[in-house]
Amino acid sequence: MEDLITKAKNDLDAHVREIVQWHFNPETGCQFWLEWAEKQGWNPAEEVQSLEDLDARFPDFQDEYLRDLQPEVWRPKGEPYNNRPFSIFETGGTTGMPKQRIGWDDYKIDYSAFSETLNDDHFPKNHYWLMIGPTGPRRLRLAIEHLANVRGCSCYFVDLDPRWVKRLIKDKQFDQAKAYMEHVIDQAHTILKNRKVSALFTTPKLLEALADRASLVDMGIKGVFCGGTTMDPQYTRFLVEEICENEVGFVPTYGNTLMGLARHKPLSSEDNYSITYYAPQPRAVLRVIDDKTGNPVEYDTWGRVQLTTLTKEFFMPKFKERDEAIRRKPIEGSPWDGVGEVRPFGAMEKKIVEGVY
Amino acid sequence: MIPHFPALRLGKPYESLDKTDLTPLNSEEPIAQISQVNAGIIRRDYRKIGVATAALESFSTDKLIEISAEAGRIFMNETLPVGDTGATQDPDEYIRTLSSTTGLPYSLCRFNVQKIEHVITNLTTIIKGLTRGLPTKIFDEHIIQVDGIDVCYFPAADSVGTVLPSNAPAVNSLWAPAIAMKVPVILKPGREDPWTPFRLIQAYIAAGAPPEAFGFYPTDHEGSDTILNTCSRGIVFGGDETVSKYASNPNISCHGTGRSKVLIGEDMVENWPELIDTIATSISANSGRSCICASTVITPRYGDEIAQALAEKLSEIQPLSPEDDNARLSGFANPAMAEWIDSKVEEGLAEGGARDISAPLRNDAPRKTEQFGQNFLHPTIVRCDNIEHSLARTEFLFPYAGVVEMPQDDMLENIGPSLVISAITEDRPWIGKLLRSKDIDRLNTGLMPTCHVQWEQPHEGNLFEFLYHRRAIQRAVGN
Repeated sequence: MEDLITKAKNDLDAHVREIVQWHFNPETGCQFWLEWAEKQGWNPAEEVQSLEDLDARFPDFQDEYLRDLQPEVWRPKGEPYNNRPFSIFETGGTTGMPKQRIGWDDYKIDYSAFSETLNDDHFPKNHYWLMIGPTGPRRLRLAIEHLANVRGCSCYFVDLDPRWVKRLIKDKQFDQAKAYMEHVIDQAHTILKNRKVSALFTTPKLLEALADRASLVDMGIKGVFCGGTTMDPQYTRFLVEEICENEVGFVPTYGNTLMGLARHKPLSSEDNYSITYYAPQPRAVLRVIDDKTGNPVEYDTWGRVQLTTLTKEFFMPKFKERDEAIRRKPIEGSPWDGVGEVRPFGAMEKKIVEGVY
Repeated sequence: MIPHFPALRLGKPYESLDKTDLTPLNSEEPIAQISQVNAGIIRRDYRKIGVATAALESFSTDKLIEISAEAGRIFMNETLPVGDTGATQDPDEYIRTLSSTTGLPYSLCRFNVQKIEHVITNLTTIIKGLTRGLPTKIFDEHIIQVDGIDVCYFPAADSVGTVLPSNAPAVNSLWAPAIAMKVPVILKPGREDPWTPFRLIQAYIAAGAPPEAFGFYPTDHEGSDTILNTCSRGIVFGGDETVSKYASNPNISCHGTGRSKVLIGEDMVENWPELIDTIATSISANSGRSCICASTVITPRYGDEIAQALAEKLSEIQPLSPEDDNARLSGFANPAMAEWIDSKVEEGLAEGGARDISAPLRNDAPRKTEQFGQNFLHPTIVRCDNIEHSLARTEFLFPYAGVVEMPQDDMLENIGPSLVISAITEDRPWIGKLLRSKDIDRLNTGLMPTCHVQWEQPHEGNLFEFLYHRRAIQRAVGN
């Protein structure tokens, strides 16, 4: 295991060098990072040789950059991005000016890789999927369709607007929020009654609401790919044992527009259904840090989730997610740190609006 | 190993991965763990509620009344399982742990427990009161003849979900008759009192009741809401906020602040010194925690004298150790609650137009005090200049009352919604007006404390009318 961990670290450091050199090379880098480097008085392309260097030299990435600046400042000058139109993706469920990220192929690379982790029995090839969740300007809709396509499947979609749900809940219009959820579930149920679907992508709450209508097994579902909100161990157990009836494959995920998709350590009752996610390293790095010092916390203790994205399309060092998690040890297959039992940052101190989404 | 309270899912124990610790008021050391379940589990179990109903249907109501009486005896006297780890409690241990987490002194715990025992061992009388004397076979056959007329009642409820409070064990007596009426119960225990509902369920099962008839779901707000909105009938206890949330739903019976009052008639007020003991009992019984405790005293004259005499009488109630047989004042399980109540009283006094009559009797020492490892509020009588004052008609969770002067003729239009009115009067015309009032749920006339309960009378909502509906039935000759 030690060898695997060392190799993964060396691979990551090599990847860090490659990506930093790309983004800080005047021939290939994007306007934002080149201008940033000019103001710093040091050259990241030369001085950053490892994740440790990156951690030491870069400040936390500010999400305002993604709200305030025009998208073209993030376009790399190098091929194949210089003249190719980009997609604009927005993040989750906040109101006001959203965070935006531009992209081309990253989501296809991430989700193709993720497909390799799916079991063919639960996610049969050459069949049909249904996604119930946020489509709109999010990367997720294209990503899920790509994932289905990679497996030879086509995908139905039922949209859910998380921004509207959050607004309803914030305004205490709980009846309206419930009615909207019913409306979403009605549409999904109609598809499932009239079309052959074997795999679902949705959020835990929507999955629960769907299963309240009819048994997932009876509806022909074989696998569920689920993410978007907190799943503590007891809730995960409930989803596995009762909603999925210990029969439908349950794959929890942690991901977002800025990162890609983290895979989970296979669930087992020995782990008491505690979910641990592992970033798609080296393309993204998840760490659990002390919010004040920025240093990693000890294993098996809580801290804030920090994301570093390292692709040629997008470089985002040290972004503090709005989540907290337990730092978990590396595992075979993902010999780097994991993030366990992810929940909204400060969840124990204050009530966080997650709603149906 | 400390006891662990599982959820009971149609009687079957379920250990959750999400457990909370239950700690006594004066310690950091947990004395029990409680499995918490999410709302989804409750919804899914509800889909199988027919199993629970069928289990109860296999008994006659007379048999269930017999089982209930035996459960009362067992509840009161026997050693019973506490949780699912093999731990047991005898009645004394039960009282001790109940007191340690709720703040109720042993004496009030026993008072509450006796009330539960009284109800479940006297269901024949109580059901007779609720059904206005219908034979119990109405629950078995659903059709009987009364004076030659067919009378048919059917269960309008497939279950009764009850969200229990932490501070009043006796309210468990409200759901218990449902079992004899063959309606399964789904309970959400109060955070500090899982002891009482769990023990009561164990007593019923030991007495021969079918385990499937009992749901026990420690859960969060969403789970509570699910219990109330999913079961076809719900009972909830709480403050004004809780009540207003569910008040418009006729399938949910809300037990909130009672705003019970004592009214003194013109004909009795000259004898006011003789009334003080009864009024003081109305204010302070069960440490003033019941919704049937008086929070307002309205008198046509002698307001100052009555307030002073009540304050003096109630000042005899001092914080004592929970074990003390003379303890009549409950500590607060949540110290923030004591602080909040105290601040509300002080805010009201700062408005002017109201005087704390009790404060000088304790040399103006603070109302809130910490003794015996618990937070207490000293009994408080506030003399208000008029009924509109914010302290005149407010109910607090300790022995408290506002005393107001008002002509008898004005009282009825000023009392507002009142769970209990004790009208100390023999004035027949006035009693006639009180009988017609829509603001009064229960009317006691004469020298009777607000907290007096006659069990053959419907109490705090008629459970039979809540769970059963009358159906018109017409049968062809020979049918």
